[in-house]
Amino acid sequence: MHPAPSVILFTTLSGLGFGLLAFLGIGQPPVTGWVAFVFYVIAYGLAVGGLLASTFHLGNRKNAIKAFSQWRTSWLSREAWLSVFALVAMGLYAAGAVFGSVLIAPIGIIGAALSVATVYSTSMIYAQLKTVPRWNQPLTPVLFLSLSLAGGAMLAAATMVAIPLLVLAGVIQLAWWWQGDRRFGEAGSTLATATGLGAIGTPRQFEPPHTGTNYLMKEMVFVVGRKHARKLRTIAFAAMIVFPVLMLLVSGGHLAAGLAILSHLAGTLISRWLYFAEAEHVVGLYYGAR
Amino acid sequence: MTALPETTDKKLGLVIDLDTCVGCHACVVACKGWNTENYGAPLSDVDPYGGDPVGSFLNRVHSYEVEPKDGPAQVVHFPKSCLHCEDAPCVTVCPTGASYKRAEDGIVLVDESACMGCGLCAWACPYGAREMDQVAGIMKKCTLCVDRIYNENLEEVDRVPACVRTCPAGARHFGDLGDPDSDVSKLVAARGGIDLMPEQGTKPVNKYLPPRIKDRISRTQAALEPVADTPTGLLGWVDRALEKL
Repeated sequence: MHPAPSVILFTTLSGLGFGLLAFLGIGQPPVTGWVAFVFYVIAYGLAVGGLLASTFHLGNRKNAIKAFSQWRTSWLSREAWLSVFALVAMGLYAAGAVFGSVLIAPIGIIGAALSVATVYSTSMIYAQLKTVPRWNQPLTPVLFLSLSLAGGAMLAAATMVAIPLLVLAGVIQLAWWWQGDRRFGEAGSTLATATGLGAIGTPRQFEPPHTGTNYLMKEMVFVVGRKHARKLRTIAFAAMIVFPVLMLLVSGGHLAAGLAILSHLAGTLISRWLYFAEAEHVVGLYYGAR
Repeated sequence: MTALPETTDKKLGLVIDLDTCVGCHACVVACKGWNTENYGAPLSDVDPYGGDPVGSFLNRVHSYEVEPKDGPAQVVHFPKSCLHCEDAPCVTVCPTGASYKRAEDGIVLVDESACMGCGLCAWACPYGAREMDQVAGIMKKCTLCVDRIYNENLEEVDRVPACVRTCPAGARHFGDLGDPDSDVSKLVAARGGIDLMPEQGTKPVNKYLPPRIKDRISRTQAALEPVADTPTGLLGWVDRALEKL
């Protein structure tokens, strides 16, 4: 799949932002006043910035408001609603914390739950697609949620929670990669099933339908990223999990925490780039590629 | 709502005969012609006369080679367009309600006035049947020529999809695949029509007729009979004359 920068930024940044909102919602840290203001600026900047980035890949942005209409069937529509609900609930909670110095726990807990649900709905947009077997596995939502909460815990300065969450996210990331590498084979689609010619023999592409490229090939038959996939996985894992955990273990200072967060963000961006670049869509079979 | 209808009154679709298709791409051209001039946003081409042309098409013809264990390889031309699936995953993922399947005839359509061009439906389709137009930013797909098949301004013979009307080989058939007595359903039954990627669970309405089993030249027929060891008549004279040289 084409790793569009807008979608990589969206899933990464809004994941972090909603992760932080979830921690703020449960009173971790129980900040009020100006300190709370700074926390909420960061959280809303990430969450809303990510959501705005996602609109940049739309072909026809003027109809974006209609994305709220199909929540009964579409995960993308559910995500639109949940993100608005989460931002509104947490906005009320934030207003109390910043301007009134009161933490209205019930609203915070509802906001935290909605923030987690938003990240879940984002992950389900991908996990529901049978056409991309690598994404179509139960661990995909678990991966998104664990990374969101680990990043959120780091931003919330909840070090003692962040370390185990990072380790958990790392284990899930490894399991997701391991499982993802097997998914295309398990899904069972081949050129033989795609063309129905398997009963005669083993088909292969003789001639493509056109000499140039097309939307489908640009969007779904992306192969460039696979060359260095192993190295990139190692770099992503080191930056996203290993380095932040070490930094948080050795020092409780702001500098160490800042470096840990930046490293985690960079690693997550690489991991998310691979998430798209390594994902093979079954339509590639028709083009003799994956 | 982009929910799929429980059932459809008809299941209009295409039956494509892989035995008959000659790979001329006339259906591709007819499709692009009709659908760029009529309903909705035109099917744009970007850099059509330059070095890197790319354009939107609702129908494309692939070509595959398949080699049986005990025979020579054969080439199969393979037209592919929207299969108007009963369980169309492209419809349910749509967040705006632009994508829908009609309850009356089962045609899967895009309401262009509601499409925001997110491309998720194209991701959900295993067949590559949907293409986002690069100029309009709107998802385009086969409409089964919905503006032809019910169009009383056209001669009755023309009230079929443009690809079917134009096919010079008679490899494309249009009809109601929900009616077991329709010509297309009988054709599918007689020729063992198949679904593409049945493991995806989309239940396509369009069916493909696999190539018929080809005649094989047997090994004993393959070589010419040897000239008789003891020729007679003219051949005998030639034989004797050549021996003496």
